[in-house]
Amino acid sequence: MSGSLLSAVQVLLVAVGGLLLTGVMAKVRARAEGRVGAPVTQPLREVAKWLTRESPRAGGASVLAAVPYVLLVTTGLAAAVVPLAGVVTAGSSGADVLIAVFLLLTGSLALALGGLATGTAFGGMGASRAMTLSALTEPALLVGLAALAVPQRSMDLATILRRAVAHPAGMASPSHVLAIASLLVVVIAETGRLPVDNPSTHLELTMIHEAMVLEYGGRDWALLSLGQAMRLGLLFSLLATLAVPWGVATSGAALPVLAGVVLLGAKSVVLATGVALIEVRSAKLRLFRVPELLAAAFVLAILAVVVGVVAR
Amino acid sequence: MSGLGDGLIDLAAVAVLAVAVAGLWRRDVRALVGLLRLQGWALALVAAVAAVRGRDVGLGVTAALVLVVKAGVVPVLLGRVARRDPGAREGAPLINVPASLVIAAALVALAVVVGAPLHALDPTASTALAPLGLATVLTGYLLLVTRRRALSQVVGLLVIDNGIALTTFLLTSGVPLIVELGGTLDVLLVVVVIRALLGTMRARFGGIDLDGLSELRD
Repeated sequence: MSGSLLSAVQVLLVAVGGLLLTGVMAKVRARAEGRVGAPVTQPLREVAKWLTRESPRAGGASVLAAVPYVLLVTTGLAAAVVPLAGVVTAGSSGADVLIAVFLLLTGSLALALGGLATGTAFGGMGASRAMTLSALTEPALLVGLAALAVPQRSMDLATILRRAVAHPAGMASPSHVLAIASLLVVVIAETGRLPVDNPSTHLELTMIHEAMVLEYGGRDWALLSLGQAMRLGLLFSLLATLAVPWGVATSGAALPVLAGVVLLGAKSVVLATGVALIEVRSAKLRLFRVPELLAAAFVLAILAVVVGVVAR
Repeated sequence: MSGLGDGLIDLAAVAVLAVAVAGLWRRDVRALVGLLRLQGWALALVAAVAAVRGRDVGLGVTAALVLVVKAGVVPVLLGRVARRDPGAREGAPLINVPASLVIAAALVALAVVVGAPLHALDPTASTALAPLGLATVLTGYLLLVTRRRALSQVVGLLVIDNGIALTTFLLTSGVPLIVELGGTLDVLLVVVVIRALLGTMRARFGGIDLDGLSELRD
């Protein structure tokens, strides 16, 4: 299987998988709370339904119309270059840690601009909060990824994964454990899950993410939901792959790649279930407490780097 | 075995430091006592692995001593003090939590810079970890000087002590038993005295917030 084909597979996987993961998390939450819950495919159906509707647009329509596409394209690009199911992707040498973070950040920026474009109070509030938290999350994300990069002597995600697969003992090293713990907090914050943000509320003064996307409807909303689901799918599967790099295909043959895809799905579902259970057990943090959590994640990441340098 | 031992020492030494940093993060005073117990366990594990690796009976006794005192007696004593005012929280530390966490990150970096020459003197896997001990000491100082509650300050003091112990375990595979015994008894004594002091403070003033004690009154 060629690299570009694998890239296409990964983008498709992240898009469908992200929507399904959202459904899985909602299902796990519902079951843990004693409800039956919607079927796992519910987000897929919703996106399919909204795609057929026309999109009402408020003021700032041009920005509003562009945001879902920017989000989709940047996230899709990230899903294409980042090694998830295998390290034979097209951009093997270009899957730099910094590029992945940059692509994700461009998506967040687009969302915030969309929130500001309509000029409503909620949109501005949400955008300002999201950017504040993003400024605290990005350092932790970068340093956490750097902690994984230091022992492998490379900032290239493909190289990091290839070497991690070759030396699985590194998974139990303290540096790895700390870095993954830090990245878990970052992923929870970036995807807007509890305890940082509550994805299932509307019109509450505490909401962050939902406040930015209140003004979208119809097809715009469908694309935006898809983009957000892709973001969630990308972050979850990247974290799962980095945490447990077993089963990542290192050759382009069909069988290892297929096994990589299946294992990636399994790892991501396990991770999503874990995060959903954390959500059930935790209350949303007050907004002014969130920086404490993110600062803790940042320090964990710094510790991971230091330990990776020291304990070699 | 040496591979496993190295891995265990790595994990335990990192756990000691990570717990110290977590102490800066948590506000609940009772959670701090729990963290202290965890740190005692990790420290005892470092000593125990060092003892097994060096076939050192004295160090083994030290490990047992650390386990009993730092993971057993001291947390229990402090836990009793903490239980008397439930819900005691570090409301507003002198430096707020995110800032103190960032300062802790800088302190860890400082410890690595300072610890590098120590590693150069005797380049083994264990001395390479010594900066973690130094970082624990510095984090303990930070906890000690930025917290307002007497009990959290005691926890800071004990974190410093644990950091010093970790540094000695890593640098010299432990000091002679008699020195360790003296140090541990000191700590125990300090905790007993402070506990009595806190009891008196609570009886006199009804709380253990040290900020209320900054001026004299008739």
